[in-house]
Amino acid sequence: MNWLTNYVRPKIRTLLGSTAEVPDNLWHKCPSCGAMIFHKELEANLRVCTHCGHHLRLDARRRVDLLLDPGHQSLDLPRPLVDPLKFRDTKKYTDRLKEAHAKAPDGQQDALIVAAGTCGGLPAVAAVFDFSFLGGSMGMAVGDGFVAAAEAAIAREAALIAVPASGGARMQEGILSLMQMPRSIIAVQRLREAGLPYIVLLTDPTTGGVSASFAMLGDIQIAEPGALIGFAGQRVIEETIREKLPEGFQRAEYLLDHGMVDMVVPRAELKPTIARLLTLLMRPVPQAALPAA
Amino acid sequence: MRTFLDFEKPIAELEAKIDELRHMTAQSDIDIASEVKRLEQKTDKLLRQTYAKLTAWQKVQVARHPERPHGLDCIQALLAEFTSLAGDRAFSEDRAIVGGVGRFRGRSVMVIAHEKGHDMASRVRHNFGMARPEGYRKAKRLMDLAERFKLPVIAFVDTAGAYPGVDAEARGQAEAIAAAIDRGLSLSVPFVAVVIGEGGSGGAIAIAAANRVLMLEHAVYSVISPEGCASILWRSSDNAADAAEALRLTAQDLLKLGVIDGVVTEPLGGAHRDREAAFTALGNAIDAALTDLVGKDGAHLVAERRQKFLEMGRQGL
Repeated sequence: MNWLTNYVRPKIRTLLGSTAEVPDNLWHKCPSCGAMIFHKELEANLRVCTHCGHHLRLDARRRVDLLLDPGHQSLDLPRPLVDPLKFRDTKKYTDRLKEAHAKAPDGQQDALIVAAGTCGGLPAVAAVFDFSFLGGSMGMAVGDGFVAAAEAAIAREAALIAVPASGGARMQEGILSLMQMPRSIIAVQRLREAGLPYIVLLTDPTTGGVSASFAMLGDIQIAEPGALIGFAGQRVIEETIREKLPEGFQRAEYLLDHGMVDMVVPRAELKPTIARLLTLLMRPVPQAALPAA
Repeated sequence: MRTFLDFEKPIAELEAKIDELRHMTAQSDIDIASEVKRLEQKTDKLLRQTYAKLTAWQKVQVARHPERPHGLDCIQALLAEFTSLAGDRAFSEDRAIVGGVGRFRGRSVMVIAHEKGHDMASRVRHNFGMARPEGYRKAKRLMDLAERFKLPVIAFVDTAGAYPGVDAEARGQAEAIAAAIDRGLSLSVPFVAVVIGEGGSGGAIAIAAANRVLMLEHAVYSVISPEGCASILWRSSDNAADAAEALRLTAQDLLKLGVIDGVVTEPLGGAHRDREAAFTALGNAIDAALTDLVGKDGAHLVAERRQKFLEMGRQGL
């Protein structure tokens, strides 16, 4: 909001006496270059700025549609204990959960959604974080969901594509949120033992306990351009070392330069890249190739 | 001179008085032994009362007590022929995590421990027990070695957390922690971890994905420090005591939650007041856990460890 939107626009509207409503979300401002982008144009470009290529956050459902072939189905996830610690800060945790549920699409249980289908014709399960649900934080429900996603992949002999977008552990579940680190890693180990590919697509942001567990153990690590990825939060680091952080610190490209990811891939190329990787990994000899459809 | 915590002030005053009286006895020949005895009983009672109902925040302070036995203390007390092993074979030697082979009650073991240091020089050398990626990679290397020679692994956990620094991030702090947990979970040898002081988040679980996880009576184990939690959720670190309470980070609560397998009783007033007694209790608890695990075959140990972690969270408080 600036003086143009909250002062000039209402003034003009009163002057014109126009009743025609202009939707608020018709235009988006790119958080990186500041350019105004027409809503439809931004959506058509997969929420990548048409001016500077900045990748805005993408809704979890659209992410699934982007990665899996049409016809995928969402999976029901286990329902663990709610609020095991009876946690309360300035607000009750159960109230925070209620608010998050009210904003989330119907049927969504927590910060993770899981869908099964194919990617480029090969069986794949996608486990995608919803950052808008309590910052994509990982508690029991997310951990159980991730374990269920790995189990579904094993049952279908499918690859698992994990897409974290998370601030880290869900503090309100205390130690049980920390325990999701080993629990999610057990899921990765099972996939590994089943010989199935595990692809991690790191999106903005992937930090804390999520980055220090399943999200860094992919057979292939892919990151979206500009995504913030790291263990410690930038403010914590600044307070510890008391100096400015280097340019581009903890961004996808920085991780690539430091050998922590295999590639940084723009959003539009993600699906073909992952599909190609899956074919290379799951159909190693031409004879085993899928018959041309 | 013993360090007293804020809530121990009345105890400190009593002990100072006892010291004073003792000093006087040495100088004069007045018999004040009975008075000393009376005061000692009073101190004992006060300690008992105070330590019987420590709040979560008080436990955090005890767990961070500067005189509390640290990783190297436990190693020195419990292991014979301890032979320190260093380095991650890739970048450097991180002294925030120490480790090596030694003999625990006759049996060869691999030991991995956080070390915070006990004075300014050693704290700096050990980076206050906050490890960089090299520390976790060293831990992983030592686990590999344990696996190869079929040595049980004992870990002593005591860290405020993984080091939050630019260099640590540049060299993959997140990956190093994830890989250490991964290795711990796949060990086909018995793995016992004990939180002896502070179990700080990812830095702690990195060496604590074990078959048996024990905690000293006044140790704490949490996903985030109470100060960090308070500054995020209450928007002020002044609420650290509230956060400590809400996080349920005490050994007693974690046992109820099924996250840990046992609590090791500490001497009255905390492990630092009677180190020998603390080490004996600790040694006995580790011995019992190991005795239970050795002899089980590797696949069974892995399966049992996984099952234990997967079942966590089925019970609330």
